[in-house]
Amino acid sequence: MPTFIRLIEGRYETAEDVFTDVADEDGLPDGAVILSLTRFQTEGDALIGAGRSVGVRVTADEAVEDLAYDLPRLALVALVFPKYRDGRAYSSAALLRERLGYGGEVRAVGDVLREQAGFMVRCGIDAFVPADGSSPEAWAAAAGRFRHVYQRAVDARAPAYEERR
Amino acid sequence: MYRYDAIDREFLADRADEFRGQVARRLAGELTEDQFKPLRLMNGLYLQLHAYMLRVAVPYGSMDSRQLRRMAHIARTWDKGYGHFTTRQNLQFHWIKLGDAPDILDALADVDLHAIQTSGNCIRNVTADPYAGATAEEIDDPRIWSEVIRQWSTLHPEFSFLPRKFKFAVTASAKDRTAARVHDIGLVLRRARDGALGFEVIVGGGQGRTPYVGPTIREHLPVGALLGYLQAILRVYNRHGRRDNIYKARIKILVAALGAEEFARQVEEEWAKIDTAAADLPDTELARIRGAFAPLNFETLPARSETFEAAKRASPALARFARNNVKPHKKPGYAIVEISLKAPGATPGDASAEQMEVIADLAERFGLDDIRVTHEQNLVLPHVKLDDLPVVHAALAAAELATPNINLISDIIACPGLDYCALANARAIPIAQDIARRFEDADRAEMIGELKIKISGCINACGHHHVGNIGILGVDKKGEEFYQISLGGSGQEDATLAKILGPAMPADQVPEAVDALVETYLAARQGEERFLDTFRRLGMAPFKEAVYADVH
Repeated sequence: MPTFIRLIEGRYETAEDVFTDVADEDGLPDGAVILSLTRFQTEGDALIGAGRSVGVRVTADEAVEDLAYDLPRLALVALVFPKYRDGRAYSSAALLRERLGYGGEVRAVGDVLREQAGFMVRCGIDAFVPADGSSPEAWAAAAGRFRHVYQRAVDARAPAYEERR
Repeated sequence: MYRYDAIDREFLADRADEFRGQVARRLAGELTEDQFKPLRLMNGLYLQLHAYMLRVAVPYGSMDSRQLRRMAHIARTWDKGYGHFTTRQNLQFHWIKLGDAPDILDALADVDLHAIQTSGNCIRNVTADPYAGATAEEIDDPRIWSEVIRQWSTLHPEFSFLPRKFKFAVTASAKDRTAARVHDIGLVLRRARDGALGFEVIVGGGQGRTPYVGPTIREHLPVGALLGYLQAILRVYNRHGRRDNIYKARIKILVAALGAEEFARQVEEEWAKIDTAAADLPDTELARIRGAFAPLNFETLPARSETFEAAKRASPALARFARNNVKPHKKPGYAIVEISLKAPGATPGDASAEQMEVIADLAERFGLDDIRVTHEQNLVLPHVKLDDLPVVHAALAAAELATPNINLISDIIACPGLDYCALANARAIPIAQDIARRFEDADRAEMIGELKIKISGCINACGHHHVGNIGILGVDKKGEEFYQISLGGSGQEDATLAKILGPAMPADQVPEAVDALVETYLAARQGEERFLDTFRRLGMAPFKEAVYADVH
């Protein structure tokens, strides 16, 4: 099982992942599931109607705005980082939080390395499936590396210009 | 100039500490080179042909004597005794050992310097007018806005993994010394009719293998709205810029594919949805930054210095230096002094540790402790009293730093080329040296007047050949170094891209070809025309004829 880390009230903790990440070609297992955006658009209503916990996996080239009306019903949104270098999901995360007002879990999946931790947390991502096997301690250390930040972001950290007041 | 406070310093210390840990993990074998590469690149450390290269940021090309002395110390301690100033107003050390890099970053952080975001697909060091705060032409100080962008873009949570690198230029003068129109974003400060200060926003210019002069997407952006608007531009680019092909990933390709109007529309649409009250910098912080660039304590002096005038009459060398390297200052009795790093036979942009120390001393004693780097790879002492010019000139001359060739034919931009760079097809430095030697006669060079030669060793165009009056591009022709000449480029306010003159030629024919181009210009020029003006009037034909006529 890959490590699963959640950020809860400022603490990074290993958590049990109750969701099954379902590929489009696979059959639907019991319990809580994460579906692709396209599969969610055809099967999501029925599953949620049946009382299932449903999360949606959004790839880097998909627009989170397409989920705008479904967000209140979702258990989580999983943002895919296809490569470490691909930064589109940071914008997706920021939009989910700032513009679409989503308060549920936003999970980073894919090529997720601890060097990205600080950026991810600042964009509002609060759950992580590290591809480098990072422990919660290593993740917390990376995310908290810098005592100061220069710009306002989704997280509550005060930027340098507010600290200076 | 802007002084780092405890917050800035702690930030740099955290960064140096992080990188020390990463290097230790690499040296212990816990990280592969593949995993380490993006981490070292974020700290300006490249693996080149012979060694690691460390690119140190000189924020908007501005530093003080203490910082330049530290560069000299690093050059002497961990490199081969010299450094290379780049077209991004940065300083590169080309002979670095990986194990030394953390100590070097500590030594830099100690004087408020760093290598953050000098490489990688992030927002790079901002280019600004090297005459900022000194020229009477400017309508505001571009360093204020460059510092705003520095802070905003440093480890930006959303925009640190862009499709490709991203470069800003900021200028506030009619005469553009930043090449703003060939940057990813060029910001030109202007006053509206009602006097309100704003930016002309130019997006999607660039060089490389697909050069563009950037279109203006907004004529007047109120200065206070800068960061919200930049967030909109960067967000559109981050989401929609191409990531499938490294050569099509710069914002210029997106802007060209959508068209400037459609790109502007998407930016405006995004901007309208941004909470600009949260995105824009509060006025108090703007005022704090503006205060850091408050006018210096200039003395009240007569506009004319009898000391300087007498010294010029006595010394033709000083008089020549004054004609070419000394520029008008906004305060009477002061001057802007350009220090050419293009002595005949030298490597363009290189300075030895000793030369850096001489310049640092002069800045401290005679220059209000201010030093600038130009994108044309020279240094500037922006505030020197006319009375002190004879002494400053003599000290520069003693250190071989008084070459009187600013904007003249031997003031050549060249990338490091195949002598250092793993990407290059051909050498650039020896070509620059050959041309400089051919035009060593200072009288002739002055008679030729402003002529900008720019040389790149490959199509990535780090030597800006697309905007050279004469651009020279190194190409590989069946394993041999050949050079393709283009004419008529300009990186200034009248930005244009150079056009190819004709077939590429071997290295030994390049100086002769340049000579033929110059002779053609001299024979045809009218009045005060510069080479560029004559070329624009006559077109390519006579120049092509002159270079290729006797080849057949």
